[in-house]
Formats: sequence, C-alpha cells, structure tokens
Amino acid sequence: MQLTPDTLGPWGVAVAVAGGALRGSIPYMFVSLGECLTETSGKINLGMEGVLLMGAMTAFAISDLTGSPWMGVLAAALVGLILGAIHAWLTQQPAVNDVAAGIAMILFGSGLAFFFGKRFVAPMAPQLPLIPLGGWSHTPAVESALRVSPLFFIGIAASFLLHWVFTRTRWGLNVRAAGDDPQAARALGIDVNAVRFAAITLGAALAAVGGAHLTLYFPGIWSEGISGGQGLMAVALVIFAKWSPRRCLAAALLFGGAQSLGPSLQSLGVQGYYHVFNASPYVFTLLVMIATCSPNRRLAGMPGALGKK
Amino acid sequence: MKPQAMIQQTPHLEARGITKRFGDFAAVDNVSINLLPGSFHALLGENGAGKSTLVKCLMGFYQATEGEIRLNGLPTPIASPRDARHHGLGMVFQHFTLIPSMTVAENLVLARPDLPAVIDWNAERAKLENFLKGAPFQVDLSSRVAELSAGQKQKVEILKELYLRTRFLILDEPTSVLTPSEADEVLGYLRHLVDKGELSVLLITHKFREVQSFCDAVTVLRRGRLAGGGSVAELTPSRMAEMMMGEARTERKVGKAATPSNAPVSIQPKLRLEGLRTIGDNGLEALHGVDLTVRAGEIVGIAGVSGNGQRELVEVIAGQREASGGRIAVDGKTHLPTREDLRNHKFYVLPEEPLRNASVPGMTVAENIAFRLFDQPPFQNSGFLLNRSAIADFGRKMIERFSIRPPNPDAPIGDLSGGNVQRAILARELASGEVGVLVAANPCFGLDFKAVDFIHDRLVETRNKGAAVLLISEDLDELLDLADRVFVMSGGKLVHETTPATADLAEIGRQMAGHH
Repeated sequence: MQLTPDTLGPWGVAVAVAGGALRGSIPYMFVSLGECLTETSGKINLGMEGVLLMGAMTAFAISDLTGSPWMGVLAAALVGLILGAIHAWLTQQPAVNDVAAGIAMILFGSGLAFFFGKRFVAPMAPQLPLIPLGGWSHTPAVESALRVSPLFFIGIAASFLLHWVFTRTRWGLNVRAAGDDPQAARALGIDVNAVRFAAITLGAALAAVGGAHLTLYFPGIWSEGISGGQGLMAVALVIFAKWSPRRCLAAALLFGGAQSLGPSLQSLGVQGYYHVFNASPYVFTLLVMIATCSPNRRLAGMPGALGKK
Repeated sequence: MKPQAMIQQTPHLEARGITKRFGDFAAVDNVSINLLPGSFHALLGENGAGKSTLVKCLMGFYQATEGEIRLNGLPTPIASPRDARHHGLGMVFQHFTLIPSMTVAENLVLARPDLPAVIDWNAERAKLENFLKGAPFQVDLSSRVAELSAGQKQKVEILKELYLRTRFLILDEPTSVLTPSEADEVLGYLRHLVDKGELSVLLITHKFREVQSFCDAVTVLRRGRLAGGGSVAELTPSRMAEMMMGEARTERKVGKAATPSNAPVSIQPKLRLEGLRTIGDNGLEALHGVDLTVRAGEIVGIAGVSGNGQRELVEVIAGQREASGGRIAVDGKTHLPTREDLRNHKFYVLPEEPLRNASVPGMTVAENIAFRLFDQPPFQNSGFLLNRSAIADFGRKMIERFSIRPPNPDAPIGDLSGGNVQRAILARELASGEVGVLVAANPCFGLDFKAVDFIHDRLVETRNKGAAVLLISEDLDELLDLADRVFVMSGGKLVHETTPATADLAEIGRQMAGHH
C-alpha cells in the first residue's frame, strides 16, 4: 500500500492506524467470530491458525486457477468446513482433549497448506475488488488507506448476524445451552453433539474466510509466514471480548489498528523501537487480561462447560 | 367427589411390574405403581432404593427391561423424554435443568418443544407475561438464572413445567434446597393445582412432614423393590420409616452431654471469627464482617437460606477463598489455612459437596483418607518416601470404622455414592481422634436416614470430647437438634442468635427471609 505518513506528518500515523484497523482487522474478525461460535457451544478450537493458513492457501490457489477471487473465498470456506468437521469429530471422541486436538490441527492445517501451497509461492492471483471510501478526500494517502475489502463489511455483518443468531433463533439458544450446561441441555432434548458439531464446522468455515483475506488483498501473494500467528491471537481475542460477537468486532478493529502502529511509525522515521511497537497488540492483550482477570471471580460471559465433554 | 373434567385432563399413569437391570444388577425389581388422576403421590425410599431409576423409566430416560407403562388404561411405551412431554408428563430434577447464563425468559422459551427457528421475542414475552399473571410465584423474566437463589431456581423449574402444560409432574426432592416456608409455598401451590384438577404430582422425598402435609398416597421402595404403600391418612411416619428402612425408626435422641452452661467446659473461646469479610464470585462483598465465637465443647449452628454467604464463609474458613478483611483465631492465635496451622490447631473441615471441595476424585479412598496425615509418620518416614502399605492399612481401618461402602481402599473416591464420600471425608477429618475445631457445612445434604444419624452422632461425639463445632446447615431441624446456640445468617451477616430451647420458629423464619 502506498501509505506515506511522512507527507502527512504525525497525522499520518493516525491515518495509517485507522487504515490498519480497516485492513488488518479482517482476519481477526473472522477467526474470532468463528472461535466465538465454537466456544459458545462449549468447545475450543485452537486449530484456527491451521484453518487460517489453509483458507489463505486455498483461496489463493483457486483464485489463481479459476481467475475468480470470489470462487477462492468460497473454496476457503469449504476447506474450513472440512477442517472444522475433522476437529469436531476428533474432539467428540471419548478421551480426546480439545486443546491437544487443536494443537494437532494447527500442525495439520499449516503442514497441509505449506505442502499444497508450494507451487503457488511465485504467482499473483486475482485479488478481491476494493470498495473506495475515501473519495471525499483529495489526499492520496487517505484515499488509498480507505480502499476497503468487501470482506470487511461481510465481517461486520457476520458479527451482527451471529449476535442475532445467539439471541433470536432456536439454534442460537441451543448452542448457548450446549456450551453452558450440556447436561441440562440434554435434559431439554437438545442433541448437544450435533449442535456442537455444527458450531465447530461453521466456526472453522468463518475462520477460513478470514484466511482468504490474507492472500486476496494487497500485496496478494501466498507465503508460508503470511498469518504471523493471527489465528492464535484471535482465539485469545475471544476471551478479551468475553464471548460476545459484537465485542469480537470491536476487539478485532482494535487489534488491527494496533498492528499497524509499528510499520507506520517506522515509515515516519521512528526506527528504534520497531519491534516494540510491532509487539503492541500482544502487550495490549496481556495488559487487558491482567486488568480484567481476578482470582476471586469467574470470567464473565465464559460458557460454563467450555472445554468439557 | 372430584370434578369429571379433571379426569380427562390429568392422565392416569400406571407402571406394571417394572424391572430395570444394569448388567446383573436390578436397580428396580418388579415394581408396580398406580398413579391416579388428580392425586398427590409420594415416592419414598433411601438413597439407592431405585426411586430415580423408576421415574426415569416413566419419563423415557431409560427403557424398562421388563414391565409395561399404561397411560389411561392403554399400554403406552415411552421411548424418550420428548415422548413423555408429548403425553403431558414432566419432571423437575434435583439437578437444575436451567441454563445458568440465560435469562428466565430464555430458559422458559428454550424448553418449548415447538419453538420456531426464529424467535419473535415480542410475542414470546407477551405470552410469558400473560402466563405469569396466573402463575403462583413471580420471577423477573429478565434476570439471569445464575443470579437466582436455589429456591428461585426451583420455582422457575416448576413454572417451566406449568408453562409447558405438564399434566403429570414428577418432582425429585424439590425441597432439599428450599427454606421450610418456601417448601410449604411451593408444595402448597402444587397441592392447590391438584385440588383444582389441573395436575397430578409424584413427589420423591425424604421428608415425612411433606408426605403427611401434602400427599394423598405413598409408595415406598427399598433396595429396588416395592416395600409398601397406601393412603397417607392410614400410615404413620414410623410405619413409613419402617417400610423404608426395614425396621422401625425409633424417635432418636442425640446423646448430647450436658450443655456448656452447666458443664465444666472452658469459658475460653476456642474458635473466633473476627470481622471476616470476603468477595463473592460476582465481585461483590459476600461477607460483611462476621463475628462469631465457638467455645470448646459446644456446637454452634448457622442457619439461613442458601446464597446468603454461608458458602463463602465456609470457603474462607477452609482456605479456599481469600478473606478481604478480618481474621480467624484459634485459642487466641491467628489461624491461617496452612498445613502447619491446621495441624497445630487440630482444625478440621467437612465442607459441603465433599467430592468437589474435599477430595481428589481420581485418587483412591485410602489416599483421600490419608491427606491429613500422609506427611507424618508412619505414612512418611524417610523424609520424602510414602509408606503405601501404611496408607492402605489405615484406609482399611477407617473404611471399617466408618462403614464405607464398597469396602475397597483402592477404589477411586469419585466412584463412591454421595453418602460414602461423606463418610470417607468424615473419617479423614476425625481420624486423629483429637479435634480442636470442626467446621461442617450441610454434612447430611441428600443422605438417607442411616447416614444422617451416623454423621449426627459423630458430630455430637466430637463436641462431647471437647471440640468447638461450627455447623452450617440449611436444615433448621438438624440445627435445632444438634446445636447449643444457633445463629441466623442473612445477607452476609449474622443477624440473629438463639438457643434451641428458646427458639421462636416464626422469628427465625423472618430473620432468614431478611426481615431484620
């Protein structure tokens, strides 16, 4: 992106951070919403990092092969469904622990993505069309910062949709019941395993769409280091957002913005603390966790049966 | 005698020759029960007598190995709880089937079998508010279940069944979590519905008072078999107890030694709680400065409705929860929950739900019994190696002395029934024989008569030997039987003190209900 904060001075940092929130937030948004859905049903999917990478690779490959980036997004979602189904099946076996299965799924997903992605490292695939929101400004830096991926709006819609599902639909209540007290849910005639299976698979599909953003947006290349651990960060973000889809959205924007603080300061000429500023989302997470946790209180909003059979 | 309409409304449910086997073990063996329309029927039995298994067969949770269920005279197999619901049969479980993080309204709506995929909350709310107008108890539809007291949860469970138009309601020990007045309110209302012909009730209970005050007929189970039954009017409590226990339950007198007022017990306070404060799970202060003295050789009881700080108090005393203010002192010296202080002060705790609060479920009975002493000789001689055979021998001895079943020191304690876990933990806490302070919380919750008597005897024995005993209980009768002084706890404070001899039940009830 042709961001030139140097021409705008310190204001450039603000523009870059806002632009970063619009771009960098997208993977966080989709993965955290997917994880939010999964965890609300009482299961944990740590494998989101693997799902994110598989989504990124698949979207890129299909976009390259078919010439249609939207086909790439769809293919990513399908791969997410499959990975989610594997995780759901695994973790519903009697002696399988969610966390252990999740770590296995990180390795499985990323290994698979690296293997199939080898031949796609070089080319440039067709990217998703961008929606210009900066037409009002005549500053090129602002204009380019405000050219937003359609996935951004889909992500926002998904967070409100998920909130609606949780509060206004039968299936949403079933998911919450399964996550909070599976025994009571069973007594109410809810098929807890089926509900959780669906929540995990759909959650992984959402996360995979977040992966599609990584490769179908500027600079539009596939590389193995492309996710940079965002899949894992997004899982932590769900805790930060107290399992609320709308707070997931806010947290994703915050993280996306924080993430671009380092690069934009660097382009301003602040070189010294480059890595410190790059670490700001992580430092931020830790600070929030320390501030909100207390040994005397249970985490508000946490599904009562999270990670339990 | 009874209106005709009712007979059409409430079903006639009959179970004939029900047998339910799990492997070789028959949990229910050839039991028949006839539940007439418009009746309030009691199902009595000790723990493990097969009551739950029988009703689970009626409700479709289990399929009976033999026997048939008849509904209004026709053989009707009940394949699933959904099927039972379809026939108008509903059940309120001992363990709540409410989703804690959801509101009351969401819980009521979630239970609807015909809930549409997309919920129209305006219509649902209107329906619920309309339903509540004619309902016996009022609850706030928008409050979260997790914030309700046990009594309120029980009411929501019953409301849920009524909302679903249940015509035949099974209640599994519904009053174990209620105050006496709450229990009377709930059962009285159900009795009223039965009299109006809108409901039939099958009540599983331990309490004869409830059977006598509210029920028409009774069926008694013992060890999976029918032990007797009949019309409540024709049975006395001791006759019913006889059926349950297989022997007449004598009116027992706990063998308390002379009360401290006229006995040579120390005037010195043994256990002192000084201005104890703590923060509850919800982040608000749960104890607002509790001051209490327990002398050696007396039992001090704390009564109260659950959720008024008793749990937090016991957790602070047991060291499970940090005090935010005040201190605990034994013989004038500050007591901290370290192994050293516990040992020096001979401080023992029998918390409620001992499987969760006082044992490691996956470890064996013998290991759990040894927790207090395992770092002392003869269990640990050479500094860090444990003498496993000494631990097992000690476990065996305690299993025999406290009649723990099954008598296997190597079984994981989590596999034992509730009563036997309680005995095992009691064995551990009283094993040394020398007790300075004993704190017990709801030690008899959900136990049968024999276990209750056993535990009461041990508590009194411990007191008579000169220990300071603090007994926190939701069962007022238990406190009035055992304690020398009784306090009422309400809203995180001790609000009332009395003695069993001078206790005014109405006043205690008022104090428990928060009118002070």
